[in-house]
Amino acid sequence: MSETAITQNPALMDVNPPLVRAKDYHDLSDQISGIVEGDVIKTPTKYWITLGVTASITVLLAAMLTYLVSTGIGVWGNNRPIGWAWDITNFVFWIGIGHAGTLISAILFLFRQKWRTSINRSAEAMTLFAVMCAGIFPLFHTGRPWRAYWLFPVPNTDLTMWQNFRSPLIWDVFAVSTYFTVSLLFWYTGLIPDLATLRDRAISKIKQIVFGIMSFGWRGSARHWRNYEAAYLILAGLSTPLVLSVHSIVSFDFATSVIPGWHTTIFPPYFVAGAIFSGFACVMTLLLIARWTLNLQNLITMKHLENMNKIILVTGSFVGYAYACEFFIAWYSGNIYERFQFWNRAFGPYWWAAWSMYTCNVFIPQLYWFRTMRRSLPVMFIISITTNIGMWFERFVIIVTSLHRDFVPSSWGYFRPTWVDMCTFAGTIGLFLTLFLLFARFLPMIAMSEVKGVLMYEKQHFKGQQAPVEAK
Amino acid sequence: MNLDAKLDVGAIREKLGIGDDKVYGVIGEFDDPHELVHAGRKIREMGYTKLDAMTPFPVHGIDDAIGIPYSKLGWIVIFFAVCGTATAELLIWYCGAIQDKFVIGGKPLFDFSFTIPIAFELTILFSAFASVIGMFALNGLPRLYHPSMNYRMAHKATDDRFLLVIEADDPKFNPQTAAEHLKSVGAATVEVVEG
Repeated sequence: MSETAITQNPALMDVNPPLVRAKDYHDLSDQISGIVEGDVIKTPTKYWITLGVTASITVLLAAMLTYLVSTGIGVWGNNRPIGWAWDITNFVFWIGIGHAGTLISAILFLFRQKWRTSINRSAEAMTLFAVMCAGIFPLFHTGRPWRAYWLFPVPNTDLTMWQNFRSPLIWDVFAVSTYFTVSLLFWYTGLIPDLATLRDRAISKIKQIVFGIMSFGWRGSARHWRNYEAAYLILAGLSTPLVLSVHSIVSFDFATSVIPGWHTTIFPPYFVAGAIFSGFACVMTLLLIARWTLNLQNLITMKHLENMNKIILVTGSFVGYAYACEFFIAWYSGNIYERFQFWNRAFGPYWWAAWSMYTCNVFIPQLYWFRTMRRSLPVMFIISITTNIGMWFERFVIIVTSLHRDFVPSSWGYFRPTWVDMCTFAGTIGLFLTLFLLFARFLPMIAMSEVKGVLMYEKQHFKGQQAPVEAK
Repeated sequence: MNLDAKLDVGAIREKLGIGDDKVYGVIGEFDDPHELVHAGRKIREMGYTKLDAMTPFPVHGIDDAIGIPYSKLGWIVIFFAVCGTATAELLIWYCGAIQDKFVIGGKPLFDFSFTIPIAFELTILFSAFASVIGMFALNGLPRLYHPSMNYRMAHKATDDRFLLVIEADDPKFNPQTAAEHLKSVGAATVEVVEG
């Protein structure tokens, strides 16, 4: 069926539209590798301008951390009783962002969701960059980042003690470092066949050597693919419980304490749902920007975006349920501190943070019940941003609101971020965007070998019904 | 490579230093993954055993068609998974109950319950390394050179071509007949590749 036939029968396209638009396998290689090669598909000027802006913000991060280390932790607004403030809020926020990457690459893989193939590579990269940003905060929160190796059980002479393995804080060290390492392995394993494609397409000697080394001599042998697919399946199987464990363990940092507002058993699933919610929103923001700046409309289609919006609606509703459940349990527990905590959360000095969180996380995503909203680019861009604002406030509410009212009124306090706090957080956003932009330009952003598999499947099932390839 | 019977091929080979053992195999090229699978199955039915395929993405069915055994990776990973769990338990026991006997919060020096999160994480960490490094080891990677690179169009195997290889160490291997067989099952082009 040709292009005209599709226009004659639009209902057919609409019910089950193909996922990707490419003439053949070679066209697909051209569309994706072309961005990396940069000779046929020229990198737009708007890309370099954006990169310049984000790189400048990254310099701000370096400046703030230098100032912090050279002056002392007092330049942050942390105080008593709010010892965990802005920095730990940012840590939990960034770790949460990462979760969508692993969910897309591992859990959707196990569920055989073919639509994930266009977005999994960039989501995995986003995971890595988000975890890097997350790691900065607890590292500098320790006050002496040059002693960071004390966090790990390495034999040392300057510290005649070992870590306290009964504490969830050390569990967190293991969870986050394992998460980063496994995500990196998963991401790089997925990249290898595509790096081999780039090696084989490269014209310049230097590129051939660089991609040749990076692809480890991959040649696409059937034996290789058999072991590779086994490895990929095992990694997906390992990452699925891993991603659920990471934010569960982060939530243990809070849940095992005796602070009202923290000491609840709902925290692990609540944190995981929130993490996936915020992560999907962040993938959405990045993909919309990449799709627009690098012209990826043929490969990231409305179907991908709509599916992601459905997940945002579901996980947003989980989060809404968790909020309601917390209030109910606070009332049902009969504990005066717990009841006060939740009354104070909604109507106390930080009421604005709590209501920003409820609005952005619970109320706004309900628009996605409507199909027109799920398929509107401006709406999804705005909701992806408000969701991340809301999820940042969630962590702020949990940490700061719960700490600022202690059991005894004499130890009550109030936290205000300093300019250093704010610039450091802005700096991590700059670092995150810079790394993502570099990745999108210099590595294949879409998994070519996986999308080719989807293309083969669609060639069989939609014989000739493929959507027209959009001209650039 | 045209093996003309009138020429003294043996003498030429000897002079140039290329013997039969220097042939890597015969490669046939296909445009479509399904054709590749059908061709692979037919070639195997002809009695060839040392076959390989090179494809830009995993083509399902090709492994069974040309007789590639199941991956043994799972066993390697299970072994390292157990090592990961054991490492975590031993580490926590050694640090907490042997090296540094410090009672904190009235909790025991060692107990299985508080080892669960770290044991879980290290199990995953060890297994992930085992699956990636094991995959490379089973594939014989990384490597700088492979005789299949002598094929003119080898670079298309990571783009849009599907290659079927009859390797020279196959007991039934003869460059000429192997090439004819590949042609007969529908290969668009066939080439004898030196090793």
